Amino acid sequence: MKSFRWSTIGFQVLAIVLALAFTSLVLVIAGTPPVAAYANILNGAFNSMKSFADVAVAWIPLLIVTAGLLVTFSAGLWNIGIEGQIMLGAIFTTGALRLLQDTALPPALIIVAGFIAGMLGGALWAALAGLLKIYGGVNEICGGLGLNFVATALALWLIFGPWKRPGVGSMSGTEPFPEALWLPLLPGTRLSGWSVAVGLVGIILIYFLLQGTYFGLRLKAVGRNARASFLLGIPTSRYGLLAFMICGALAGVAGAVQVTAVYHRLIPSISSGYGFLGLMVAMLVNYQAIWAVLVSLFFAALNIGSIQLPIVLKVDSSLAGVLQGALVLFFMLMDGVRRRFQSKSRS
Amino acid sequence: MDSAFLSGLAGILAAAAPILFAAIGETLTERAGVTNLSVNGAILLTAMVGFVVAVETNSTVLGFLAGALVGALVTLLLAFATITLKQSQVAVGFVLALLCRDLAYFLGNPYMGVSGPIVAHLPIPLLGEIPIIGQIFFRQNLPVYASYLLVFLAFWWLFKTRPGLMLQGIGERPEAAFARGANVNRMRYFYTILGGALVGIAGPLYSLSVKAGWKGTISGLDGIGWIALAITIFGAWNPMRAALGAYLFAFLQWLGLVLQPSLPGIPSQVLQVAPFPLMILTLLLVNVGNAEWVDRALAAMPEKTRHLIARLLRAMRSSPPAALGVPFDNE
Repeated sequence: MKSFRWSTIGFQVLAIVLALAFTSLVLVIAGTPPVAAYANILNGAFNSMKSFADVAVAWIPLLIVTAGLLVTFSAGLWNIGIEGQIMLGAIFTTGALRLLQDTALPPALIIVAGFIAGMLGGALWAALAGLLKIYGGVNEICGGLGLNFVATALALWLIFGPWKRPGVGSMSGTEPFPEALWLPLLPGTRLSGWSVAVGLVGIILIYFLLQGTYFGLRLKAVGRNARASFLLGIPTSRYGLLAFMICGALAGVAGAVQVTAVYHRLIPSISSGYGFLGLMVAMLVNYQAIWAVLVSLFFAALNIGSIQLPIVLKVDSSLAGVLQGALVLFFMLMDGVRRRFQSKSRS
Repeated sequence: MDSAFLSGLAGILAAAAPILFAAIGETLTERAGVTNLSVNGAILLTAMVGFVVAVETNSTVLGFLAGALVGALVTLLLAFATITLKQSQVAVGFVLALLCRDLAYFLGNPYMGVSGPIVAHLPIPLLGEIPIIGQIFFRQNLPVYASYLLVFLAFWWLFKTRPGLMLQGIGERPEAAFARGANVNRMRYFYTILGGALVGIAGPLYSLSVKAGWKGTISGLDGIGWIALAITIFGAWNPMRAALGAYLFAFLQWLGLVLQPSLPGIPSQVLQVAPFPLMILTLLLVNVGNAEWVDRALAAMPEKTRHLIARLLRAMRSSPPAALGVPFDNE
């Protein structure tokens, strides 16, 4: 048993080495010394407290989204509609803040209402993907992708239409909210302590939901073998729908964080690609909550660290995506190679 | 009919051509039982590679060849990871979609905004002179003509030839096909790579013709691959119906542009995504017949209505190849 574990780790290390080799090759093709590029990314992410706080700003929504995706993955569902769910969360939060900002309610209460609205928006959008799958027979990947585009269209329509800035609407988003409706930031940074708390509570709740409850156990049973679970009396479609809605609610929280703590308004690209990145994190950590915390932090550091690449090294910041994609791809390839070896040596 | 309308229709055929290549490539791959989710990234990557090669060699033909080659390489990787190494098709395809997209943006960066060659206009001598029809169909460029041919060729191959029958077999009942002597996994490799090469033609068709040039993230190509996947399903894995879907989509986008001036309240970005809700609706219509509750609801209806609705649903219905996404052991 022990040697089995060691070989697993060995193949994972090999996957990291291969992913780095692949990315380095890409850098060489682009005419950039790989070491300089990696040093630049690390420097951009960790050279000061301020840049590390920026990493945390990106980390929190990614962590919340990944937490939600752990639930749908446990149920054996591919929630590709996650981007749209973040968007709907942001739209609902913005809507709630707009509705309540001129009332006499205390700002803290308005922000809380915004978060609840965001959860509701994300959960509703996810429920739509779930209903389409369960009652309409529309594969969740197709339905989710379509709903992503619809969510983007909805946000654009709001930004250029009913919610446009006084004067003329623009891609820069809606009118920013007054500072009273911002989540308070840690001094000298763009990071809010509250959003860090929300993110950590989110992942911990999901960890206990999946590891320590009867619901989590049954959900994983549905994911492993839906037919057998159904025959054992688990209402599989209701569990699937619930998994979608939990994930959507968390995506909505991520959207609410983006609105209240980061952008203070609705912008067209408010999901920032965190939904798809969260899918990658969840795949890479093989759906384990504890690793999700670290890997999402690492992915956020890559994203933030690469922002200055165009200025310093004159290369595109999408290098972060290349490295992230290569990591996940080689992890899967090496997992396949390991399984092949083991089944060979056994037979 | 005025000429602006006719050139609009001709534009629809041209705009649908790359989507056709991608959707038919995907149709062949999925018919073999493999889901290729990498299309969106592969279109971006091959658009970039095709453009760069065309700029460097000043040859659009080499650009298309490079695109097809890169597209084939991407799906070779997919085939190796999923058929040989038995990893999840959805997972590997999704990662490849993101990886290829970022590779395209990263490696294509130095070529942003560079001007490059464009596929030459090639009206067909006699056919192009036919009034109306000639103007719509036969004053295009070579890849667009190829897209017409591809539809018929793929349809003929799939439904009228022995290898096509085998292809249907390995997607529907691989065990039976295997028993009849088909090397299921080798054929899956072949059709996955063939489908990837066709997707790889869609990319250069954008960067060298429909949306000429490479503009990085603002190329407007991100998302098209997902549409091609939806059209494959809408097309019920049938090349003819996929073509219908591609033309319908291009028509709707064109309609959005035409209607834009008369709908000043709606931003152009919204009209451009208008086909998507319709896409979901059609996916719902073609899929709902497969759902269990529909059978139950139908059983409760009076007989005449039941027959009518059941027939309607059956006409629209599309079911995926039975073994789509299921790995096969050649032993």
